[in-house]
Amino acid sequence: METKGRLSRISGPVVVARGLENAKLYDVVRVGEEKLVGEIIKIVGDNCIVQVYEDTAGLKPGEPVISTAEPLSVELGPGILRSFYDGIQRPLQKIEEKAGVFITRGIDVAPIDHKKEWEFTATLKKGGNVEIGDILGEVQETEIIMHKIMATVAGKLTELKSGKYTLDDQIGTIESRGKKIPVYLYHRWVVRKPRPCKEKFPPIVPLSTGMRIVDTFAPIAKGGTACIPGPFGSGKTVTQQSLAKWSDAEIVVYVGCGERGNEMTEVLNEFPKLVDPKSGKPLMERTVLIANTSNMPVAAREASIYTGITLAEYYRDMGYGVSLMADSTSRWAEALREISGRLEEMPGEEGYPAYLARKLAEFYERAGRVKTLGSPEREGSVTVIGAVSPPGGDISEPVSQNTLRVTKVFLALDASLAHRRHFPALHWLRSYSLYTQTLDPWYEENVSPEWPTLRNNAMALLQKEAELQEIVQLVGPDALPEKEQAILQVAKMLREDYLQQSAYHEIDAYASMKKQYLMLRNIMRFHERAIGALDLGVQLKSVVGVKVKDRIGRMKEIPEDKHKDLEAIYKEIDAEFDTLGKE
Amino acid sequence: MKEYKTVSQIAGPLVFVEKVSGVGYNELVEVTLPNGEKQKGQVLDISEERAVVQIFGSTSGLNISQTSVKFLGETMKLGVSTDMLGRIFTGLGEPRDKSPKPVAEDHIDISGAAINPYSRQEPKDFIQTGVSTIDCMNTLVRGQKLPIFSASGLPHNQLAVQIARQSKVRGKGEKEDFAVIFAAVGITHEEASFFMRDFEKTGALERAVLFLNLADDPSVERIITPRLALTTAEYLAFEKDMHVLVIITDMTNYCEALREIASARQEVPGRRGYPGYMYTDLSTIYERAGRVKGKKGTITQFPILTMPGDDITHPIPDLTGYITEGQIVLSRDLHRKNISPPVDPLPSLSRLMNLGIGKERTREDHRGVADQLYAGYANGRDLRSLSAVVGEESLTEVDRKYLKFADAFEKRFIMQGSNEDRSIEQTLDLGWELLSTLPETELKRVKLEFIERYGKKFRKEHAAPAPAAPAAAKQ
Repeated sequence: METKGRLSRISGPVVVARGLENAKLYDVVRVGEEKLVGEIIKIVGDNCIVQVYEDTAGLKPGEPVISTAEPLSVELGPGILRSFYDGIQRPLQKIEEKAGVFITRGIDVAPIDHKKEWEFTATLKKGGNVEIGDILGEVQETEIIMHKIMATVAGKLTELKSGKYTLDDQIGTIESRGKKIPVYLYHRWVVRKPRPCKEKFPPIVPLSTGMRIVDTFAPIAKGGTACIPGPFGSGKTVTQQSLAKWSDAEIVVYVGCGERGNEMTEVLNEFPKLVDPKSGKPLMERTVLIANTSNMPVAAREASIYTGITLAEYYRDMGYGVSLMADSTSRWAEALREISGRLEEMPGEEGYPAYLARKLAEFYERAGRVKTLGSPEREGSVTVIGAVSPPGGDISEPVSQNTLRVTKVFLALDASLAHRRHFPALHWLRSYSLYTQTLDPWYEENVSPEWPTLRNNAMALLQKEAELQEIVQLVGPDALPEKEQAILQVAKMLREDYLQQSAYHEIDAYASMKKQYLMLRNIMRFHERAIGALDLGVQLKSVVGVKVKDRIGRMKEIPEDKHKDLEAIYKEIDAEFDTLGKE
Repeated sequence: MKEYKTVSQIAGPLVFVEKVSGVGYNELVEVTLPNGEKQKGQVLDISEERAVVQIFGSTSGLNISQTSVKFLGETMKLGVSTDMLGRIFTGLGEPRDKSPKPVAEDHIDISGAAINPYSRQEPKDFIQTGVSTIDCMNTLVRGQKLPIFSASGLPHNQLAVQIARQSKVRGKGEKEDFAVIFAAVGITHEEASFFMRDFEKTGALERAVLFLNLADDPSVERIITPRLALTTAEYLAFEKDMHVLVIITDMTNYCEALREIASARQEVPGRRGYPGYMYTDLSTIYERAGRVKGKKGTITQFPILTMPGDDITHPIPDLTGYITEGQIVLSRDLHRKNISPPVDPLPSLSRLMNLGIGKERTREDHRGVADQLYAGYANGRDLRSLSAVVGEESLTEVDRKYLKFADAFEKRFIMQGSNEDRSIEQTLDLGWELLSTLPETELKRVKLEFIERYGKKFRKEHAAPAPAAPAAAKQ
């Protein structure tokens, strides 16, 4: 039911429309002669306040406003993967074809290609009853991802046929309450409404990221939430991109929200070249990119986060493990603030609207490991990793604080580490994960029973180092007892040879859990033997001068198929200290 | 085109006009003052009853009864042409030199459209600025936006002209058309004439377009000036295939003007009184740099800003740093030590550096040398503060070498004359020479083969008993 009204006021991205009958909150409207996309965000009497997702320059009072009577939605169907969208799911590649290198206004393009033919294989037979979420059939969307077509209504499946279809072709019919409802390869979903599931599970499986500091000291669970706050230049984006590249998620949704255009270009150029370690296919085959760069309209930036998470939930419902990277949620919060300001709402802390905390919590709550609707029974997860850009790097500001309240993993980027070129610049003492305990059984079973102890001991060493450093600052390292000097040496080894990891090094960029375990075991063994040797009266100089130290320093560069070399180092440590002890 | 005499309120740069019709948002306005003088303005808020107009210029002399307002029916456009090269304009795009206005080849909306991120191309052509701290450690590439974070009293203008004068692309791009666009935003007359003199003296003026909004010009104009500069830049780069370097100084004044207008509009202030949309607003300036598919030209931006109170966490440098691809930070400490240009390599960063360096672009050892110099200097600086506490004697021999290295690095690598144009090879060799004072075992960030190939020759020289000042650095 389309209704028509007219514009009565324009002030930046917020406009007022009058005379829209039966307008509902969050309905999408088309504004002006150019039919710009907008959304109703407030209704006062006959006035609808609309945020416009495109530049409003030149709009005049009196121009028509048409309501589509439908809230902001995305199209869900095969063809989403490998796409590059703006904040409201318009494909940027198609926009380029239509409008050239600059994004102009009022461009109307379908989010997914409706002309492309897909080979649909029905997995259900007609005649039976279906529930919402039941898998009707499959489409090979990319070389590595099988797209599941799910029922959107419950009823009797009266017709379903395999074959070649475009999105506009009917593939079957479901009879529901006496009505015949056609089934297509795609359907629409409202972005602000979470997709339902049967049940949420506790997070007990880690998301392997290949980044040692994360996997070891601040593990992220599948279906969990994490935040990465950090000042500019500390490596938020590199960290996010590394996580997108190496984490063992089956689908990655990367939302560049209010960030640099060149950064998105970098992702776009790099992902097709990078190879997924599991499938051997380009990473792009499992990736969706959403880019609303900082100079694109602010209202669409607000929507981009929801567009991203809705796509993530859709793939979760097929039974996949999905990671959503949002870079950066601060820009999203600023978009909220900007629009709230235009609405002349009473500001909360630092000008952010009072509902900031609620909106953030709602967003992160859409993460989770779930039992999906429908049959066959399946499990999927959405892991949300949000970057936060606190002004001046000071995390006492509202966006960081409200994010910390709802996320379970805190990856603390530290400017001073970045300045020292310690990358990833995550601070080992300040980062934390609340999943550590719940994930330990998994590690004990799948990595090694001694992993939790090993990790806790290593952390204790790093903490001890921080205490000792304070003393060293005052009196110099030589004043410490030999054992404590040895601790400083081992802690340095942990920092430089274990935690430091180059995102650009071909081997070091990714470390499997097994490799991490072997590396950490070697360092902790070194520590054990060093302290033992000191007890036997060996001089500190000869303890820290052992040859095997260089081998430990180069452990990072040992490829994944040569874990034996890491085990050999363990033996070398023992052998060298044995001889030291004898002397 | 109707003229209205229905002004109801004048507040700072804002004029409220009642009972208007057919007026568009952001439309350009011409206001006639009671004394016949004309001012331009722009519609900021339009409803069925009234328009709020922001005047670019002084509002003194306006009154309610006699002021008339004409809406021009289009958004603000700039007439652009290649004849603009070599000319000087006001902050609103009117000729400031005595010559007539160039005939426009095209009229372009000054707010510009966002570049489709899909259509961007990665910047990767190395620009040699001839300044060692930039070329070696914070390499600039074509299409990058790299601001200078300065503070009052520091010689950022000298650095800017040096960069404008010396910048060149090496290799294939050497003969391509190059232009400099200079936008002065609220700087003093003295500073502006420094730039003009320098441009004239070195002959850079014929390849340059200058837009000058001086300190005593209306502050609202400052919102327009950078956009005029970038519109011209986009025309020259994407229509005329030129490589354009845009220098905007001083962005702090731009932000102050933004705050002034926001407060005149009685908007809810954000941090330190700056409007909440300052990030978005700044990004519509900074993001207008880059390379795009299918176009030969590029836009490289060098915005300069002064950090109020030397505070890098102040909203202006902070928001800028979140948008730009790195920053060049000037240091008061170095300036006090008489080291010029006082570029502090430690907080400086070029995010796109890796794209523009290495074999076939600069030299294969570039990354390693930059990292090693950085690490060595950082270490030396740490040791300086340590030795202030415990005394130099209690440091190890290697530590003392690092102290010396840090001093030499400041005096020879960072310091360079304002006319000294070092090629990247000279800069890298100078780096090797300084590194030769450190034990070879300390050079963990450079590959052994590069030490052999590039570093060895300086090492031998140094092994000589009396290390006379090597000639290589004095070119």
